[in-house]
Amino acid sequence: MFIVKYRKFFFTLSAIVIALSFFAMLTKGFNAGIDFKGGSIIEVAYETRPDFEALKGSLDGAGFADARVQLAGDNDVMVKTHALSEADHQGLTSALSLGGTVQMEEKRFSSIGPTIGKELRSKAWIAIVLVILGIVLFIAYAFRHVSEPISSWKYGAITTFTLLHDIVVPAGVFVWLGKEVDTLFVVALLSIMGVSVHDTIVVFDRIRENLKLKISNDFMVTVGTSLRQTFTRSINTSLTVMLVLAALYFYGPASTKDFSLILWIGIFVGTYSSVFIASPLLVELEKRQNRV
Amino acid sequence: MWKTRIGALLLLIIGGGLGFLIYASEPKLHEGKVVYGQDFAQKFPFKLGLDLSGGVQLVYQADVTSIKPAEVKDAMDSLRDVIERRINTFGVSEPIVQIEEKGGITGPVEERLIVELPGITDVKRAVEMIGQTPKLEFMTERSKAELEAYNNAVEKFKADQAAGKPLVIPAELLAGPYVPTELNGRFLDRANLEFDPTTREPIVSIVFDKEGSDLFAKITKENVGKTVAIYLDRDLGNNEPISAPVVREAILGGKAQITGNFTPEEAKTLVGRLNSGALPVDKLELLSTETISAPLGAKALNAGILAAMWGLVVVAGFLVLWYRLPGVVATVALAIYVILMLVLFKFFGITLTAAGIAGFILSIGMAVDANILIFERTKEELRKGHGVHDAVREGFDRAWTSIRDSNISSIITAIILFWFGSSLIKGFALTFGLGVIVSMFSAITISRVLLFALPFKGHGSVVRALFGSGFFKLK
Repeated sequence: MFIVKYRKFFFTLSAIVIALSFFAMLTKGFNAGIDFKGGSIIEVAYETRPDFEALKGSLDGAGFADARVQLAGDNDVMVKTHALSEADHQGLTSALSLGGTVQMEEKRFSSIGPTIGKELRSKAWIAIVLVILGIVLFIAYAFRHVSEPISSWKYGAITTFTLLHDIVVPAGVFVWLGKEVDTLFVVALLSIMGVSVHDTIVVFDRIRENLKLKISNDFMVTVGTSLRQTFTRSINTSLTVMLVLAALYFYGPASTKDFSLILWIGIFVGTYSSVFIASPLLVELEKRQNRV
Repeated sequence: MWKTRIGALLLLIIGGGLGFLIYASEPKLHEGKVVYGQDFAQKFPFKLGLDLSGGVQLVYQADVTSIKPAEVKDAMDSLRDVIERRINTFGVSEPIVQIEEKGGITGPVEERLIVELPGITDVKRAVEMIGQTPKLEFMTERSKAELEAYNNAVEKFKADQAAGKPLVIPAELLAGPYVPTELNGRFLDRANLEFDPTTREPIVSIVFDKEGSDLFAKITKENVGKTVAIYLDRDLGNNEPISAPVVREAILGGKAQITGNFTPEEAKTLVGRLNSGALPVDKLELLSTETISAPLGAKALNAGILAAMWGLVVVAGFLVLWYRLPGVVATVALAIYVILMLVLFKFFGITLTAAGIAGFILSIGMAVDANILIFERTKEELRKGHGVHDAVREGFDRAWTSIRDSNISSIITAIILFWFGSSLIKGFALTFGLGVIVSMFSAITISRVLLFALPFKGHGSVVRALFGSGFFKLK
């Protein structure tokens, strides 16, 4: 199978993409959403929207100098600022209505204190670690009877590596696009892991079966055949998931748009990694093992 | 064969029936009025989260530093009770007031109070109401003449109401049957739950402080044989007394007992309410606010439904075009899957949020994975020259381990997400996790029964064309 044969090419490709992702994360940094750093966001709809300067001036005057004002749609305005008490919130709406002189309606307001932000941040990290741990343990367990020619913990190790691969790349793309990193972003990363490992397992499962059937003495051929047998399935499954995610992106609620985008990227990368990275890595490990 | 066919028919009938049940239990509008299925619909509406229905969510941190660890739970319970009673005066349809214990792993244990008010956007009033110090008042009966006037006013009001006459609220009614006294929660030392040593019935005992004892003695002396009503948050609109015991005799020592047909639970609630002369916790701090206007919520809901429909249509289209006859079967199985999920949402009261709908849509895409695995396997077996029946059977058997193993990883993710979750994430994790489990069932069981019920045998060219896949002829 060409994938196994030209595995060095795919390894290099992934290495470059991962390096670029890390580069983006290091240079641009994460643009944390208010649920991670604390802060508030308000969205209002005007009958006739005042101009940007007037709004900014009114906000500055009311003590919201740090407010970031964004115009949205025809008559909507979104403002982000620090976490607000209810009294501050009233001050903010009053400033946005230019002291009650323009008609507007508040569509959405949320304010998240720094305590909750900190708590969500640490929980996000714990969840990521737990998911990886859970999946790796499960894989090692599921493949515990497979020991020839590669021991079962290596299946687990490779799965972990592809998991990291699958979350680093979409995260990098998101940072590069300047998108906000919030709770849903983390949820998306965790779901990507669940789905990506799905793909990897199907290929590994086939390898496990073919090893039992002893279809070839050459591990590389066994892996190649298994890949070819599961290829259509891998592509088609991801395709259906990507189709529904596209529907969610184009027709779904505004609040889950970014969520469906990152999932889409993640599923794409995840399919790529389970076909082009995970199994070829098995072959690579086996080759090195024999060389020693 | 016939057994399978009857089974398949039953499956289709049950699926269709459940689908109709969902349809029938939705409220319908006919000329502006809700008709058919109304009672049923009210019992089982789809539960919508605040981001879809519009409303306010407030998260408070309760400061419990001065409360003994063993008593924190009781303090939080009576806090919830006090807040719940206030919220009820808002007239919100389904308010949620819940306690959440945070931390343990990520830090010290913290007590949170989460208040959700669907349909309310007046945050200011909500915050003011919740933050106020509770007010406990002891009130005595009005004079005989005034009480008679009050009772007459109540009768008249009820009669008017029944007759459908325009309603006037007379001054007597507004004043209520009780008059304020000087005695209030400030003079109450504490209330306790006790049990009668002989009858084992719960008793609520109250102890007043020095000044309170004198006031209470005066009140009881003047009101033997009458009731003394105890009100909580009357000025916030709670017009029902929390208790109105009859005074048997003058009580001089500042110690009183309220007996009655309490259950221990009721007695405990009353004790909590009596003790809430101040908020039962040291301080309530507002940590976060979330407000979504109803039109914005409705827009998100419609968008979610539209996206789900489009998702279904494109997946079904793909399945039929690529997998042909088995694809049609998989589409039917997918439809039954969606119906089963909607039944779960509706009849088990699972709250739907935007993230939850996203999880459901994602699960639609993943639900067909098991079918794709099986069909690819079946195709291989067909290629080997097996008849359709054997090929399908082999396809199911051999694909099973992959299906099981790969779904377990998704379930692990869902469980961890559920634990991680704020309500937003919980909604996603729940629909996603349920989706994976239900789809495992639907993709395997339902499509298996349906496929075996089809009248095809052998591996002639028609069969090969129907069971083939892709846009090419099967080699």
